[in-house]
Amino acid sequence: MRNFPPEIVMEAVANGLLTGAVYGLVALGLTLVYGVLHIINFAHGALLTLAMYAAWVAWAAFGLDPYVAILPLVPIFFALGYGVQRLVIGPASRGEDSNILLVTLGLSIVLENAMLAIFRSDTLSVQVDYAMEVIEAGPMLLSFPRVVGFGVAFVVAAVLFVLLRMTDTGRAIRAVAKERTGAALVGIDVGHVYAVTFGIGTACLAVAACLLLPSFYVNPRVGNAFVLVAFTIVVLGGMGSVPGALLGGLVIGVVESLSGLYLGDSLGQLGIFVIFILVLLFKPTGLFGARA
Amino acid sequence: MLEVRDLVAGYGLTRVLEGVSLDVTAGEIVAVLGSNGAGKTTLNMVLSGLVKPRSGEVRFAGERITGLSPAQVMARGLIQVPEGRKIFPNLNVRENLELGSYRRAKANRAKNLEKVFATFPRLRERVAQAAGTLSGGEQQMLAIGRGMMAEPKLLILDEPSLGLSPLLVEEMFTLIRRLHGEGLAIMLVEQNVAQSLDLADRAYVLEHGAFALAGPAAEVRENPELKRAYLGL
Repeated sequence: MRNFPPEIVMEAVANGLLTGAVYGLVALGLTLVYGVLHIINFAHGALLTLAMYAAWVAWAAFGLDPYVAILPLVPIFFALGYGVQRLVIGPASRGEDSNILLVTLGLSIVLENAMLAIFRSDTLSVQVDYAMEVIEAGPMLLSFPRVVGFGVAFVVAAVLFVLLRMTDTGRAIRAVAKERTGAALVGIDVGHVYAVTFGIGTACLAVAACLLLPSFYVNPRVGNAFVLVAFTIVVLGGMGSVPGALLGGLVIGVVESLSGLYLGDSLGQLGIFVIFILVLLFKPTGLFGARA
Repeated sequence: MLEVRDLVAGYGLTRVLEGVSLDVTAGEIVAVLGSNGAGKTTLNMVLSGLVKPRSGEVRFAGERITGLSPAQVMARGLIQVPEGRKIFPNLNVRENLELGSYRRAKANRAKNLEKVFATFPRLRERVAQAAGTLSGGEQQMLAIGRGMMAEPKLLILDEPSLGLSPLLVEEMFTLIRRLHGEGLAIMLVEQNVAQSLDLADRAYVLEHGAFALAGPAAEVRENPELKRAYLGL
């Protein structure tokens, strides 16, 4: 193993943390949907791809900076997620969890191929003048888009935390997650809460897409790469745990960055899946997982 | 206040309720008794809109509520405290109570919260504790308190004494008497025959999905049929 000067290692850790926050944001949507609806949303990756295309279109057709595009895309994707759960996944599943699995898988195939038909398999990206900018933090050079991503991811997490703790809707979401019958008996419309939760998860993807776009490319399958990492984060953080998703994202970001440094860029993801297997072997409930 | 007529309900191929009719009038305590599997909980599920009946009618305060959603039923003031409490274990005591007024009586939330704390001082002591960590008795208090937060017109209590120590059962029945004393109509669904009959104005005894006995509590208590219907002797 090579020896790197400490500032290089520090920079790798910092960049890992920055990227990890955005990973955490992708995982946040996944874990929230799992925690409340008790389903694995296989359409998460395709929805992320869709959001990235939406941000690209906002830039290419309307000249919107990806960061500005967050504002219109969040409500649009919330509505999209709400509608998908209420009109497609909910009715098609008929209360069977195994059906939901298939419905979300089918949805992802339809979405991916629709995007393939519309945008072709070419890789698209946006050109913004800050894409290559760096911020000097002491001896470290940090990429500007990643710093923004980190900040926004934490703002989103904080907003979500307040929403879940302080508002009736948020409490209803947490109530439905653990006790559906009790929730129905206090007058909570469980179907509505499911759809709101799915909408929030999808809105998180819209934010993540806008944060990723300045430094990543888009193609019809790009979302899957992120969601694979997000699954690992969800398992590491504890299925259904919101703080777990964020912390797990940071850990995974650092692991990826450090294994990229020591093992070479192409093997950066190796560390992630080693962690995945280790967690499953030794702490299957994850960092913040509920006791079985 | 509550009128149930010829209710038939079940799950899949199984029929659980075979034509049940009952009434609860304002200010009354009505006991619905029956052994395990007699259909008590299914009856409550139908009344609250969680299970759709196959036929029959439920009217509440003069309005037909058959087929309404649980939210619509509880918005009308028919509140159920379910069997097994069904509190939110991951939420703290205050959040549980506040969600009791999620759809009804939200404007009076602060006032009703004080009222519930006055009735159950134990809940005030545990206000920030996760509900899942409460003892069984405290969880039952919380479930009733959550029901009270919605300002019920009729409160359905499903097996409030289940799983409680004899001392706590006594306390629970004292509490139900007190709530009734404040003018609340209560439908008490219980396995605990003697204490329920002491408390109730009238009683129904459910057996195999139909009422085997009905009448004033004192008469039901003296009826030799009670033992047969209840114990299956």
